[in-house]
Amino acid sequence: MSRRLRVLIASLAVALCAVLAIRPADATTIQRVVSPGGIEAWLVHEPSLPLVAMNFAFVGGASEDPADKPGVGYMVASLLDEGAGELDSKAFQRRLEDTATEMRFSATQDYFYGSIRMLSEHRDQAFDLLRLALQHPRFDDEAVARIRGQILSGLRRESTDPGSIATRTWWRDAFPNHPYGRPVNGSLTSVPTIGLADLKDYTGRVLARRHLKVAAVGDIDAATLGTVLDRVFGALPADGKLAAIPDRTPQGGGKRVVVSLDVPQSVVRMGGVGVQRNDPGFISAYIVNHILGGGSFTSRLYQEVREKRGLVYGVSSYLLTMRHAALFMVTTQAGNDHAGDAVQLIDAQVRRMADEGPSEAELSKAKAYLKGAYVLNLDTSSKIASVLLQNQLDNLGIDYIERRRAMIDAVTVDDARRAAKRLAPGGLLTTVVGRPKGMTVGMTTEAPRP
Amino acid sequence: MIPPFRRSARARPGLAMGLAAILAVALTTFSDVTQAAPKPDVAHFTLSNGLEVVVVPDRRAPVVTHMVWYKVGAADETPGKSGLAHFLEHLMFKGTAKNPAPVFSQTVALVGGQENAFTTQDYTGYYQRVSREHLKTLMEFESDRMTGLVLNEQAVVPELKVVLEEYNQRVANNPRARLSEQVDAALYLNHPYGRPVIGWRHEIEKLTREDALAFYRRFYTPNNAVLVVAGDVTADEVRKLAEETYGKVAKVAEIGPRHRPQEPPPAAERHVTLADARVQQPSLHREYLVPSATTAKPGESEALEVLGFILGRSSTGRLHNALVMERGLAVSAGGWYRGTALDATQFGVYASPKPEVSLPQLEAALDSVIADVVSKGVTADEVERAKSRLIAEAIYAQDNQATMARWYGMALTTGSTVERVLSWPDRIRAVTTEAVNQAARTWLDKKRSVTGYLVAPTQKEDKRT
Repeated sequence: MSRRLRVLIASLAVALCAVLAIRPADATTIQRVVSPGGIEAWLVHEPSLPLVAMNFAFVGGASEDPADKPGVGYMVASLLDEGAGELDSKAFQRRLEDTATEMRFSATQDYFYGSIRMLSEHRDQAFDLLRLALQHPRFDDEAVARIRGQILSGLRRESTDPGSIATRTWWRDAFPNHPYGRPVNGSLTSVPTIGLADLKDYTGRVLARRHLKVAAVGDIDAATLGTVLDRVFGALPADGKLAAIPDRTPQGGGKRVVVSLDVPQSVVRMGGVGVQRNDPGFISAYIVNHILGGGSFTSRLYQEVREKRGLVYGVSSYLLTMRHAALFMVTTQAGNDHAGDAVQLIDAQVRRMADEGPSEAELSKAKAYLKGAYVLNLDTSSKIASVLLQNQLDNLGIDYIERRRAMIDAVTVDDARRAAKRLAPGGLLTTVVGRPKGMTVGMTTEAPRP
Repeated sequence: MIPPFRRSARARPGLAMGLAAILAVALTTFSDVTQAAPKPDVAHFTLSNGLEVVVVPDRRAPVVTHMVWYKVGAADETPGKSGLAHFLEHLMFKGTAKNPAPVFSQTVALVGGQENAFTTQDYTGYYQRVSREHLKTLMEFESDRMTGLVLNEQAVVPELKVVLEEYNQRVANNPRARLSEQVDAALYLNHPYGRPVIGWRHEIEKLTREDALAFYRRFYTPNNAVLVVAGDVTADEVRKLAEETYGKVAKVAEIGPRHRPQEPPPAAERHVTLADARVQQPSLHREYLVPSATTAKPGESEALEVLGFILGRSSTGRLHNALVMERGLAVSAGGWYRGTALDATQFGVYASPKPEVSLPQLEAALDSVIADVVSKGVTADEVERAKSRLIAEAIYAQDNQATMARWYGMALTTGSTVERVLSWPDRIRAVTTEAVNQAARTWLDKKRSVTGYLVAPTQKEDKRT
């Protein structure tokens, strides 16, 4: 069995394993592969299981939708595996099934993502299906109509779902007149107007080599991957035509928006200005967020809002670093009777963190967690591919995994205190959907129609 | 592809939602390695106090998944105390005399670990994922709370509120989950699977510290548990560590056989309609009462797996082909078989209509697809395709130590064995077309089923005659 993946990961584990000492020559196991045609990918060659995972992304997700037609990128992502080349939808799906290939596409605000997972014995056929999907999608009338129907069905469901309404409303209010303010999956009015020309225009502009990043993991060597990269991506246009998206600060800090909906539990989305990924203070802010609400059972928000008072089932905060905005977000859900109390507590905890920063003890515990936990993202092929892709999109460098521990260790309590003041200094825009008791004061609005 | 309607998992993780989705998949595609892949070198042994141990080595990354599974779930609750198994799962994080809360969670966090827990009808599980050198520490903590839980009112009262918020989040705020509860309740006339894992709200509200402790003392004992360790370990290491930690926990209760009240032969097809003002997209969802991997005759559960795939696969199955692609009546349609259960389980089908199509119209079309399978059977080609795709799942599963750990844990807490997990690909390979057709004829009988409609209150066209 190959030990290379193990060694890669061992190099970041808390205690170095004996294996590392035996096989130091293999320590640099993320390979930068450049295909004969000039396409770059990061690779971890790990042949002990007969499978390959590949993740990739093009810059330009939903932000590339026409302003009056949100949902184009999302619809394209839903249609690429619905017929390509000579294969109609049914034939394409059957080919995927016969080769046990898993192929997924998705759009976020910033990126158009793809991933594929295949068994070694079907590697050539699987990559060929991916080539067809990216280079020769058919967009047959039948498939477009069917997928449009599915998207509209989803939008109808979302139109009375408190979580969807909260998310949609928050983004609309935080990013007026910006692509981030528009819904990724479109709306009940935009989706019916999306036509074949919109889909083709989108693929022509976005699916281009210049803004492509690729990561592969598993039973494939560098030379084979080079050939695959050219075959799958080589015929795409070299350069796309991306819109110029302006950087933007989220709006509405300190405002509360209540959307009335007859549900027993209110859904809460809060967000404000965060710290950008390439900012020198990012790691400090990341640690501070972990202490405040980063998802472990020991965070301040979890302890104060859930453990001590039982107001919610889940509460967490996170930093969201987008290409054109840096955000600090908090989400929770609380029964209508005490949603107001939960929001007040969260606000108070965020302010307290900004005023006082974390303690030395909290800082050192958070560092220990964040150093130790990274390896848990690296125990399956798909997870490794996902991390390697994200590190490329974030411009972190191929040696980031090795440097990360030292970056965390370098954060001082003063760094953390400064970073704490940068989490939503203008306050949080708070969107509550439900019938929260005592929270009708402030701005009440209609939900945006999905 | 748009993901189709996904049935919510029966699993109810107490502290986060992540595992539920994974379990839902695992429960319907329970499988293992194929002959093409190296078989995992699984070890299985029992300590002198009765604790079963399974070790699934995966040496690629220096990470371990450490899970303790108790052979107790919501279906083992006393009537009137629904939700108790799940409530106790939450309370298991409240500390012991030796390790008062939140020492355990703080320790997990300090070593960069992840932790959580989940409750289903048949089992309750607790797990952590950490880098390998911390395994023993976790085993010390987890074995301590096997019988050492201490509960005081200050911890119990807010936790009951948390569970009610979880109920709001999972059920009250979600019309489809509300329908699913009603369908299950109608399907099981006598067996406790008809009660929701999270409990009925009026009963959850009355659960007490004493209820939880009584349940704990009755079921949490090493001779009613399974330890599963997957990842960068050897069987010898785990055996030594397990003897040093769990091996010292004394048996505190004798555990009898798990006999729940069984279902009478189903006699009448049932319909339920849930009207909810939030419904903008109606849907229908039917469950048939069928044998599980544990209750079925040899080969029968495997045939139902293949049938579930042929009928239900989201983008290529018969229901999708007929209702979405050919007849254009539905925006989505599919089905599933949940094989992993101690007692009689469910075979489900679902569809969501296009706006101009009524639910009775869609149900009639769905009936005709099923009638066609029952009367004419499936093709040998369909069976071969389904089998090879099901077996391929096993190779993918080997890429994920946490998935492997779950498979063995689920098997051993629902009456199956390590040997049966290992032989799963062979048993699927042995399924014949005739066995699939026999399964369809025997089990897809409407008398065995409940059909649920999810509608908005004003939708007149969905009223039944």
